[in-house]
Amino acid sequence: MMRFLLLFSRQGKLRLQKWFTPMSEREKKKIIRDMTTMVLARQPRSCNFLHWKDLKVIYKRYASLYFCLAIENQENELIALEVIHRYVELLDKYFGNVCELDIIFNFEKAYFILDEFLIGGEIQETSKQMVNRSIEASDMLQEDDISEWYEVELFG
Amino acid sequence: MPAPIRLRELIRTIRTARTQAEEREMIQKECAAIRSSFREEDNTYRCRNVAKLLYMHMLGYPAHFGQLECLKLIASQKFTDKRIGYLGAMLLLDERQDVHLLMTNCIKNDLNHSTQYVQGLALCTLGCMGSSEMCRDLAGEVEKLLKTSNSYLRKKAALCAVHVIRKVPELMEMFLPATKNLLSEKNHGVLHTSVVLLTEMCERSPDMLAHFRKLVPQLVRILKNLIMSGYSPEHDVSGISDPFLQVRILRLLRILGKSDDDSSEAMNDILAQVATNTETSKNVGNAILYETVLTIMDIKSESGLRVLAINILGRFLLNNDKNIRYVALTSLLKTVQTDHNAVQRHRSTIVDCLKDLDVSIKRRAMELSFALVNGNNIRGMMKELLYFLDSCDPEFKADCASGVFLAAEKYAPSKRWHIDTIMRVLTTAGSYVRDDSVPNLIQLITNSVEMHAYTVQRLYKALLDDISQQPLVQVASWCIGEYGDLLVSGQCEEEEPIQVTEDEVLDVLEGLLVSNLSAAVTRGYSLTAIMKLSTRFSGVNRIKKVVSIYGSSIDVELQQRAVEYNALFKKYDHMRPALLERMPIMEKSASNGPTEIVQTNGETEPSVVDSKHPPPVSQPANQANDLLDLLGGNDVVPVIQTTVPTKPASAGGELLDLLGDLSLTIPPMTAYNKNGLKIDFTFERANPNPNVAVITIHASNSTEADMTDFVFQAAVPKTFQLQLLSPSSNVVPALNQGTVTQVIRVLNPQKQQLRMRIKLTYTLKGSPVQDLAEVNNFPPQSWQ
Repeated sequence: MMRFLLLFSRQGKLRLQKWFTPMSEREKKKIIRDMTTMVLARQPRSCNFLHWKDLKVIYKRYASLYFCLAIENQENELIALEVIHRYVELLDKYFGNVCELDIIFNFEKAYFILDEFLIGGEIQETSKQMVNRSIEASDMLQEDDISEWYEVELFG
Repeated sequence: MPAPIRLRELIRTIRTARTQAEEREMIQKECAAIRSSFREEDNTYRCRNVAKLLYMHMLGYPAHFGQLECLKLIASQKFTDKRIGYLGAMLLLDERQDVHLLMTNCIKNDLNHSTQYVQGLALCTLGCMGSSEMCRDLAGEVEKLLKTSNSYLRKKAALCAVHVIRKVPELMEMFLPATKNLLSEKNHGVLHTSVVLLTEMCERSPDMLAHFRKLVPQLVRILKNLIMSGYSPEHDVSGISDPFLQVRILRLLRILGKSDDDSSEAMNDILAQVATNTETSKNVGNAILYETVLTIMDIKSESGLRVLAINILGRFLLNNDKNIRYVALTSLLKTVQTDHNAVQRHRSTIVDCLKDLDVSIKRRAMELSFALVNGNNIRGMMKELLYFLDSCDPEFKADCASGVFLAAEKYAPSKRWHIDTIMRVLTTAGSYVRDDSVPNLIQLITNSVEMHAYTVQRLYKALLDDISQQPLVQVASWCIGEYGDLLVSGQCEEEEPIQVTEDEVLDVLEGLLVSNLSAAVTRGYSLTAIMKLSTRFSGVNRIKKVVSIYGSSIDVELQQRAVEYNALFKKYDHMRPALLERMPIMEKSASNGPTEIVQTNGETEPSVVDSKHPPPVSQPANQANDLLDLLGGNDVVPVIQTTVPTKPASAGGELLDLLGDLSLTIPPMTAYNKNGLKIDFTFERANPNPNVAVITIHASNSTEADMTDFVFQAAVPKTFQLQLLSPSSNVVPALNQGTVTQVIRVLNPQKQQLRMRIKLTYTLKGSPVQDLAEVNNFPPQSWQ
């Protein structure tokens, strides 16, 4: 299974954190620190795999964001790269040419998309269209909510 | 109360902060506003406030006061609220807080909600962070949803079930009925999550594993369809249909086929098909091939398939993509034990990877290279590995050096090569070798008797160049101490002997003592080495001076040594030659392998000082070794011990009592009689071992003066083993007024004719006397 997924900028600012096992705030903070240090220190043309404690860490940089996925030792690293890539594609489809700002200002949407793609550290849906359809339908439900309360905008 | 600012507004504002302090101020202000808003129990803006709180939480600020608010959002009827509420729960709550249990009821209700997206939220949250208690309470609901025909819910329920099983393994059984026709689904999402669920169950329970083996044909069919089917836009990734599902199925097949012949056979064909037909130009294809290789290696595949797998890994090694090369090296490392020959074929490629720029690849290549070293390729491999050692990063040097030593030890084609290799490692990575290498190397050098001169010469030259690398310096000083006589006499056969004087050698050793670069241990080595040279060099006065200076050293260890060595010069000078004799060959401890040296008769550095008794057998300095092989090899004789009393003057008679009865059935004999010194041998058999002859020598002196500093030494042919115990005294009184006795124990397992060479040294009327003799007149009963 996957243990955690982190997104951070080149300055080490966290943009998304998804944890698939229970951990204290302190542990999470330490892991974030370790990951950002390790990944940002890597040479540009190194391979995308690191070892950290008993886990394999797969990282990839897309524009100004680092995607950092930790998997257990028996998992397939190459398919983990594909998982990261699939998530980026989903974000791209949803936001249309996604960039870091989209994820900053719409972080909750990034989580929602992730939650339609992965659950409990495993892939739940392998079809891009299915994930997109689910997200769109959920967004529509939100619209329905708002239409009942048209005088108040709940979300900016 | 004005409406709380919108989420994006807040984000924009916070991003304008120019300093950490400014940001903190903004955050604190907003948190205060949010807190008051929470206190007012404002339903309208709760969602907005929690969303803002989640943003601030991501920046690293505390948000625990929002936990209960998340619960209120989850309980709300509005989908927007639930969405943010569940997200907040997943980010802010975990099973460590009791608060999370309050969610259980909400989740239960939502699992039965009329809207599937609400059900989905509940399943997702439960599947990500459900605690064991929650899982126990809600497992029934999850199981129900696992049987639904709604594929959107079914796939989520499957992963939720996986989480439940991980948290509460005992609940696994209850999901068994629901798995009945999971694999007949067409929906890939359900298929994928079903395979994950089946995998989890099979990994955890051998019974489940046996039960699900019957699914192998179905899995093979599904996989086949994925490969053979045409382009499917929904699941296509670079021309491959649903690679995620393919990989998961391959993994499940691996688990099902392991140690099961029938299952392995059923999947042979499909594995071969996947291995040969998968497109390898992109990472996706290689990911599938990688999984296939792992499966082939794990199940009971036929040899042709295994070779195919290793060849795929071999091709991976040549791939431009670093990730693929890395993955290949890792996999080959796993298979090198079982398929050694197949992996050997790719040895040159693997060795090339040592030169890769990537650190992870280099490390894997190094580990794999060491695993591939054998008797045939040792020379070539070692060249590459030594080159690697020269140029690699410091983080590798220790491991590489140890690996080189181990490999050299196992497969060295010649002693000279072995010593050269060690020298190379010491000089290039000398500061990184592990501490235990020093005694190992010393043992190795001692045992390569014919290489002593060559070794000491090379080490001496290395010391002249560089004294900073401690392990090198330690080994070198030890060798110079032992073989310094060979060094100055220029006896090297292997290479051009260098001209070195005794003073130059002492200069070097004294230099080590005073250098700032030397560690305390190293100083100890060099002081002892200097001391040893007192019996090998002619100029003793200089050594005496050095030793006496260090008698007042601040370093306690050095001080103790110097004081003891001083005592050796003053009071025990007659013992000194014997004490500082050449070390006998050291034994390897059988149980600990090459990493430990057993303390045998000649103790290893640096405790020479402790052995205040002569080693039982001496080796005449320039003599061939045929007479000496007391401790060579692994011929450990249980009878031979080093138990000798520490006081040299104790009566040998005490020892005789240990040795059993004194049945003198064997006639005594005179072994030596010359220049007034007569040595008689008396015999007895040791109980309980009849192969051991116990000989007591009696030395008497018929001249008018005492023979002082008397030392008796003996050597026997190879098939014997000999132990010399302490003499009763080292003064043979004049005019036969008394005898010096000493006990020899000879082990003669092959019952060969006993022969002995003896060496006698003593001082008579101020002049030293030394003599060698052969004793061949042993009575037959002594050895038959």
